[in-house]
Parts: sequence; C-alpha cells; structure tokens
Amino acid sequence: MTGANVLFDAPGPRARRRSLIVSIIAGTLILAGIVWVLLILAAPRESSGGLVLPGQFDPTRWDIYANPAIWAAIGGGVVRTLQAALVAAVLAILLGVVFSLLRSSHIAWIRIPTAVVLEFIRGMPVLLMMLFILLVASTGQYWAVVSALALYNGAIIGEALRAGLASLPRGQREAALSVGMREMQSKFLIEFPQAFRQMLPIIVAQLVVLLKDTALGFIVGYNELIRTTMYNLAAFVGNRYLFSLFFVTLVIYLIINLTLSWFARWLSRRTASGGRKAKGKPIDPTQGLLVVQASAAAQEGRQG
Amino acid sequence: MDVVIDNLPRYLDGFSKTLILLAASGVIALILGTLIAAMRISPIPSLRWFATVYTELARNTPLTLVLFFCAFILPYLGVRFDYMILAIIGLSYYTSPFVAEALRSGVNGVPVGQAEAARSLGFGFSQSVSLIILPQAFRMTVPPLINVFIALTKNTSVAGGFFVAELFTIGKELANANGQAVIAVLLGVATFYLIITVPLGLLAVQLEKKWVVAR
Repeated sequence: MTGANVLFDAPGPRARRRSLIVSIIAGTLILAGIVWVLLILAAPRESSGGLVLPGQFDPTRWDIYANPAIWAAIGGGVVRTLQAALVAAVLAILLGVVFSLLRSSHIAWIRIPTAVVLEFIRGMPVLLMMLFILLVASTGQYWAVVSALALYNGAIIGEALRAGLASLPRGQREAALSVGMREMQSKFLIEFPQAFRQMLPIIVAQLVVLLKDTALGFIVGYNELIRTTMYNLAAFVGNRYLFSLFFVTLVIYLIINLTLSWFARWLSRRTASGGRKAKGKPIDPTQGLLVVQASAAAQEGRQG
Repeated sequence: MDVVIDNLPRYLDGFSKTLILLAASGVIALILGTLIAAMRISPIPSLRWFATVYTELARNTPLTLVLFFCAFILPYLGVRFDYMILAIIGLSYYTSPFVAEALRSGVNGVPVGQAEAARSLGFGFSQSVSLIILPQAFRMTVPPLINVFIALTKNTSVAGGFFVAELFTIGKELANANGQAVIAVLLGVATFYLIITVPLGLLAVQLEKKWVVAR
C-alpha cells in the first residue's frame, strides 16, 4: 500500500489548490506553535526571590561553551556512552548466537529451559536487570550496565537469529548434512551466514536501541553522557545552564542515533536488493522480526 | 520469600502506580500516534513534514533524556505538575512515534493490488478503505501494537528514576532496606512486570499465528 494515490482519483486543479491552501495554513500554525515555544523560552522570568532571570537564549546561559574544558568533559561522557554500547553490542551478538543455538537444540531439556529464561529476560525491564546485577553481583556500575544490556539485547538478537534460521529453506540444511557435514558445521558454515545476513537490518536496529538504552546508566549511577552533562556538569556550572546543557546533550544523541539509524536503513536497502531477492518489499527493520517470525511459522506449519 | 509477602501492600501500591502510568500513557500515545500516522499519509506536505520530524526526534532521543526534560526542565521553566503527570507526558511522547510506525507499517503491508482490485470493482475511497484496506491492515497492526505496549510496560520503570514511586522505586527501596534478601525482593518486582508482559507477549504470538496470511 505504498501508492496511496490508488485509493482516490488523481487530484484536479481545484483539489490541488485546496490542498496547497490547507498546507500553508497548517504550516503557519505549526510555525506559530514553534515561535510560541521559543518566545516562552526566551522570555526573562522572575524567580521566587524577586530576581529577574534572563531568558534561555541569553548569552549568559551559553557562555560556558567557549571553555574547552567543558567540551573535554562532554567528550568524556560521549566516549563512556559509546564504550559501554560497543562492549555490550559485541557481547549481545555473541550471546545471541549462543541463545539461538540453545533455543533451537534438539534436546528438550536444553531447549525448554532456555525458552523460559529468554522469556524471563525479555519480559522484564532492562533497568531492573541493571539494578539486579548491581546489587546482587556487585560488579560496579559499568559492568552492571554492560551486562544487563548484553543479556537483554542478546535475548532479542537470539530470537531474531532463531527466526532467521527457521525461515531458511529446509534444503539448505539437508544439503549440508548430505555432503557429510556435522550438525554444528552445517549450522555455522551454511545456516548462520544466511540467517545473519537476512537478519542484519534487525540486528543493527536493535543495536541502535542498545545505544539509546545506555542512557539508563544515568539512573543506576554509571557516568555516561546524560549523567556527565545533566548531573555533574550542571552541578559544577550551576542550574542556570541546565537548559543549554540539555540542548547540547539532545543534539549529540540525535547526531549519533540518526547516523546509526541511517546506516541501518542503508544496510536494509542494500541487503534487500542484493543476492537472493527477498520476497515482497524490503523489511521495515522495526517490524521485520514479526514478519520473519510469521514466515518462519508459516514454513514450519507447511512442513508439518 | 517472607520479605515479599510482608511487603505485599507496598508492592501492590507500586504495581497500581505502574498500571496507571501504563494505562494513561498508553491511551494518550495511541491517540497521538494515530494522529501522527494520519499526518504522515496525508496529502498535505506541511503536516507530513511535521510528522516526519516529530517521529525522528522522538525515536532518536533516549527515554531517560525525555523524562529528565519532563521532571527537571519543565518545572524549571515554570510548569507546575505532579511528577506522575510529568512522567505520563514523557512516556506518551516517547511511545507515540512507535504507535504511529506500527499503524503505518500495517497499512503499508497491504499489497497495492488489493486497493487496485477494489477500485477496479468501482469501490470509492471510503468503501475501499473501510471494506478492503483497514480489515487487512488491522490484523497486521495489532501484534506490533501489542509489542509497543509491552515495551511501554517495561519503560514505565524508567519513571522510577524520576520521583514516581512505582514498582521499580519500591523494589529499590525494599532492596536497600532488606540487604539480606535482595534477590527475593527484586525477583518479586520482576514477577509483577512479567504478570503484564508475558501474557501480552503470548497474545501477540497467538494472534500473529492465527492471522498469518500466506502471500
């Protein structure tokens, strides 16, 4: 349903003019809303003590950014966020492979407990898991954040890989076994490379989520970007810079995440067009897992 | 185990706060998300543009930062609300683009041929949308929507870091008070989350299996 114009007749000159007018009116309203918010932010306010505070865009609220030490501190926060995300991402992919192997094992007493554990991990908040690891294993904040993220995202990546394995044509495995490969050889040499490639957009989309979730470290006390800027720096330079610090943090997160999301989309387009053509349209990475699970279920059902 | 049973009233108190957060922000996010999805497929360019920017902005900001804005910066700018309401605002804002994407991908998942067939049979816009497109889009939309609400359930725990005494906060306080039974306390908290998320997850899988269309 990409071509919405199938649903109604092509607009004539009158309809086009009307839609242009509505567009201009709506655009003006949106602009007015944005200007209103900006005016509120820029307006000086009287504090409870009777002092008049300058508006949020006053230069005195932004002068800290001339100081390179502030940028060095912010950079440290960015590095710690990226470091936690990177380590957790590598561990999550490794765990994902292990989980998907255990989960698709032929032995029931491996497969079923793994399924229960995975359901448990996926069903509870990552934040709770961080607290759990922090308090029970007393690993320190960094490893609490990293291992909780690795476990949670590993469970999700594991499910994605399993769905990818299950949606492969059965002949791939049969062919591998018939040329004399062992179970594990077939899994690692034949099935995983294909499943991995098919699931790559979903895995990368999940890694973007992982990066965003490192911000939860703020609550358990890991000194990542938000804690660095909004807590330590804000306490250091004073609360009047709170809004400008928020703005800078937001922009940094947007740059990092939009770059990664763009990369995920590019990857999804690239893998969809190359090689064996995926049936239908390229998968939307956010919904892709459902689509593949559905097609895996259909395949399992067909093969009885 | 005794710790959990002794503190059951507190657990239930936190659980009810979690449920309120979930219900309130779920409903608001559903409404906002539907509006955003409608804007994104509307023929009016400025609305489409606005909805796209809104979606990208909300999806690429960590929830912690959104809730930080709601809990610290809004009051600093002179907004006087209860922390509960501020958390609901933040959670609704954060969840709405995911709702919009689930709805949009459901409608986009219906093959164009269906609409073409409807049109070629002489159906008008409202007929083809209400009789052909929406019934098919619905079954592809519900499972992803359930997943969005599961994620929302888990995300309510983040509000616990911003002065809302919901399940996560209760768990943290009880764990601090009962140092010898941390595992039991936190497993108790996890159980309450699982009470919501696991049945919802099973429902989503069930519906997905039931409604799978071989195309």
